Amino acid sequence: MSVIVKGLTKTFGKQIAVNQLSFTVSKGEILGFLGPNGAGKTTTMKLLTTFLSPSEGDAEICGFSILKSPIEVKRCIGYLPEHNPLYKDMYVREYLLGFARLTKVNKPTKRVEDLIEMTGLTREQNKLIGSLSKGYRQRVGLSQALVHDPQVLILDEPTSGLDPNQLIEIRNLVRNIGKEKTLIFSTHIMQEVSALCDRVIIIDRGIKVADDSIESLQDQMDQKQVIWLEFTNVINAEVLKQIKGVLKVSSEGKSKYQIVARKDIEVRDLIFAESVKQGWSIREMVKDKSSIENIFAEMTNTDQK
Amino acid sequence: MWEVCLKEIRGFFSSLIGYLVIGVFVLILGLMMWVFPDFSILDYNTASLDQFFFTVPLIFMFLIPAITMRSIAEEMQNGTLELLITKPISEVEIVIGKFLACLLLVWIALLPSLIYYYSVYQLASPVGNLDNGAIYGSYLGLLLLSASFVAIGIFSSSLTKNQIIAFLFGVALSYLLFYAFYYFSKLPIFFGKTDDIVQSIGMQDHYDSISRGVVDTRDIIYFFSVIFFFIWLTIQNINQKKN
Repeated sequence: MSVIVKGLTKTFGKQIAVNQLSFTVSKGEILGFLGPNGAGKTTTMKLLTTFLSPSEGDAEICGFSILKSPIEVKRCIGYLPEHNPLYKDMYVREYLLGFARLTKVNKPTKRVEDLIEMTGLTREQNKLIGSLSKGYRQRVGLSQALVHDPQVLILDEPTSGLDPNQLIEIRNLVRNIGKEKTLIFSTHIMQEVSALCDRVIIIDRGIKVADDSIESLQDQMDQKQVIWLEFTNVINAEVLKQIKGVLKVSSEGKSKYQIVARKDIEVRDLIFAESVKQGWSIREMVKDKSSIENIFAEMTNTDQK
Repeated sequence: MWEVCLKEIRGFFSSLIGYLVIGVFVLILGLMMWVFPDFSILDYNTASLDQFFFTVPLIFMFLIPAITMRSIAEEMQNGTLELLITKPISEVEIVIGKFLACLLLVWIALLPSLIYYYSVYQLASPVGNLDNGAIYGSYLGLLLLSASFVAIGIFSSSLTKNQIIAFLFGVALSYLLFYAFYYFSKLPIFFGKTDDIVQSIGMQDHYDSISRGVVDTRDIIYFFSVIFFFIWLTIQNINQKKN
């Protein structure tokens, strides 16, 4: 186990930011840390990186306790804080070299060159950090986190505020890095979790509400399926409702329907058969896969339950 | 520790700050020592650097907080303190590294004043007729005093994210510890009774004592205590932010 969290609690005055959080991350795993804003994701990460000290509980990273041996813990983690703080008046290369020396890396110049190549900063290496675009700044931040070749990487919302192209680039970079390291990253973007993670932990108001692999979360929560249908001709929606397993039919424009159905019945085959019988021609029929959004909403939105 | 120190020094000299600090210090001091008739050594008629050792603490009182104000406040403001603290170095190393870097810059700014010593040495009649003991003592006093001001400045910088507040607080605290106790001791409740004790809380008393050329271990211990106390407070302050 790379990371073992045992009953971690953090209170700020009367407010409980993280409440009795326990989980483990095994070596090489990519863990998505999911939760709405203010759920305690950032606080948990700050606790793990020893930037904050816990009110209760402990965590072990690479076998070292965050309470007893913070320096050893810090040696095996790389951390990219939220909003990616940087010394904006430094040059990329100078900045990374500074951190390489600070963390007493062997052959700092060589390490920095490798990092610059790995994170695709070759063309930007002699620019001022302040003049870089957000995507490149994020790369500099990632390089900074990786500089001492840590075993565990903790990234706090590494993709927030990026445009779609930068998002994909950073995501690919994170995925590549994740091949060799244990990775914990937080996000509130659901697609990111399904794109990157092996496992998800969802927290809400400091409490863990789910801890599972994406597939089983999806299976567990998703007893319903959503199908999008479009017909070439006008049809009778009442007939659709009679099909076995269909729970709800809602019109989404002319001849377009969204169907909610039970998952254990293959409703698409039945719809097709019925359409043939009725003489309707189907233009499009799609099963909606992005139900991870629904899981998230369902797990964290306790008020609306 | 040395890595933090080097990073800071590189920061001073890759921006204008380092050059500006040295330039401003040399300019103000040069004008006061050699040009303005009210203070000028040339009009003093005695080959002495007393005027210099009297003026420097006054300039340091403003210059040093200006150097130290950003050291921790800016890192807190930008969030980069989080980067430093989560690297495998201790808070003690961060604070002492920054302290040493600022101190080194101040001492570098003090270097050109050796020319003044040489000038006065040459101007004396006969050449070299100076109270060298007092001058060596005063230089030692200045080194210790500047280290105390740097420690106070770093501490002020760790109190707030706002650099201007850090600066003002540093100036106020330096003033209080340097001059104020001398004037406090003149208050009727102390005067004639415990005024020497009140004076000895302030730095001026010890600075003057060293400046006379008599190196008393009590004065050295006093300055080291002030330095360690404020560095310790700074470290406590940073650790406190973890709760």
